[in-house]
Amino acid sequence: MLDSLYIAGQYITHNKAKAATLIACITLIAALPLALESLLDESERQLTSRAASTPLVLGAKGSALDLVMNTLYFDDEVPELISMAATEQVAASDLAAPVPVYARYHARGFPIVGTTLDYFDFRRLQMAQGRPLAVLGECVIGADVARDLGLEPGDSLVSSPESVFDLAGVYPLKMKVVGVLRDSHTSDDRAVFVDLKTAWVIEGLGHGHDDVTRIKDRSVILDRTGDNVVANAKLMQFTEITEDNVGSFHFHGDAAIYPITAVIALPADEKSGTILRGRYLQADADYQIVEPDDVIDGLLENIFRIKNVLDAVIAVVGFATVLAIVLVFSLSLRLREREINTIFKLGCSRMTIARLLASEIAIIVLISGALCAAVVWMTNVYSSDLVRALFIG
Amino acid sequence: MIHIQGLEFRYAHSDFRLSVPSLQVGARERVAVIGPSGSGKTTLLNLIAGIFVPNSGEITVGNVPVHALDDAGRRVFRISNIGFVFQDFELIDYLSVLDNILHPYRITRALRLNKEVRGRAIALAEQMAIAKHIKRRPGELSQGERQRVAICRALLTQPKLVLADEATGNLDPDNKTQILDLLFANLAERDAALLAVTHDHDLLPRFDRVEDFRAFRASGEANA
Repeated sequence: MLDSLYIAGQYITHNKAKAATLIACITLIAALPLALESLLDESERQLTSRAASTPLVLGAKGSALDLVMNTLYFDDEVPELISMAATEQVAASDLAAPVPVYARYHARGFPIVGTTLDYFDFRRLQMAQGRPLAVLGECVIGADVARDLGLEPGDSLVSSPESVFDLAGVYPLKMKVVGVLRDSHTSDDRAVFVDLKTAWVIEGLGHGHDDVTRIKDRSVILDRTGDNVVANAKLMQFTEITEDNVGSFHFHGDAAIYPITAVIALPADEKSGTILRGRYLQADADYQIVEPDDVIDGLLENIFRIKNVLDAVIAVVGFATVLAIVLVFSLSLRLREREINTIFKLGCSRMTIARLLASEIAIIVLISGALCAAVVWMTNVYSSDLVRALFIG
Repeated sequence: MIHIQGLEFRYAHSDFRLSVPSLQVGARERVAVIGPSGSGKTTLLNLIAGIFVPNSGEITVGNVPVHALDDAGRRVFRISNIGFVFQDFELIDYLSVLDNILHPYRITRALRLNKEVRGRAIALAEQMAIAKHIKRRPGELSQGERQRVAICRALLTQPKLVLADEATGNLDPDNKTQILDLLFANLAERDAALLAVTHDHDLLPRFDRVEDFRAFRASGEANA
């Protein structure tokens, strides 16, 4: 048997391209359904565990899925905005503690999540380096963000405009990284956390500039009436919040109308949660309140429906691949007819000829099996990160 | 070495018929077989090697009645007792020169590949002046070098009988002479016999005896 394996090994080495193609085909067709299964299982686990740990989400009426995906996984699809008043409303109910979330902007591809310190307690997020948010313009980054961008406390991170054509819109804000979170193996690892007010500065609702009452360049002033000074666009706004200019940052208007994307409501108990839900069930309510668990269950049902279709497609492709492989082996047999005839003339037994050909198939299948196992193993090891990077965000 | 008596053979679905009333080859004899194409020269070699089975008659090689062996017995007999040299060398293109020489030992359980056999293979390669090519593949060798590899493969089992089917047919005159010299020298060392099919009448004086096959072809000459 060793001699047959040796000869088959030499044949495979000599016909590297053919062998590599066969191995790649078999590996792919075997690994694909297993890896997909693993990723789907991990998606289900991550989606359901995060949803189960988030009791209620309050947001604008519309797509409950967009609301949950944005609030829990910081998905790019931003739901219709609600005002900060919604947070006050939940707090005033005494039924739940509100945690506002404003997940709309990005910094170098990672979502910026404006929230309060309560969010860190609620998610039990711990600092790996640095300290929590304290001052306007600071950010705390997730473990993946730190790794991918090579950032650590003391570095800075600039927010990105919503679109390259948004010339008159959001100014990039240079944020100071003050802390890095420990790995939580959730979407928090891929987020840039800022205080809500910092998120509003990014949006332009708050800004900092030189004191217009003391400014020497008169061409900046449009109108002056008593203490009220109107400046024109020549007035430079700060793009970075520093110790020197932080005092100049201010917000115009009532904070209650400032935008957020959602409020995570943390009810004191089940009864409080039920009562709170009841308050937003009326048709004329301004907001909707959803249980993420229910929304994610619906999403998973759809995913598994799609998976069934995918399984069927993979089965058909797999069958076609097996046929192609059989064809390749039979053509290879024809090409080796002369060799087989020679060894027959030398005195090789029928069984040995069969063993020689079987060894070639066995080696290819074994290598493919090992590669398939490696792919599946790697998928299992990195499924958590893969799911967050590919599907959940 | 070879005793053939009353041999009759015909292919199915063909009117070709080979009839050899009697043929003897001695232990150290070097016999050339000549005759026109299709006269059955290669068929005779295949019958002696046990690749074909005669319809009637007896073929004895050494003391072995080849005609009476079953398929498995004939294969074991062939690989253990006969060295076969083909016109087109029939080397395995994906194996090195050394692996080609050792190939008979890797395709049967009747022979055991060990250190001594490997040593013998290298010694044969040195004798045939191809030792420096031992790690190369046949595609990297000249025609003459390939035929030397094929001869090494045929001689490795130290057979008492070598069957050569136009073994020098594809070689230039210099190579023919050199290869026959090497082959004859090896056979003489071991008291082995040679039955060689050839079309090359210039080589005939080097053989002990010449058998003309026109005498054995019973009919169907035109079908060759």
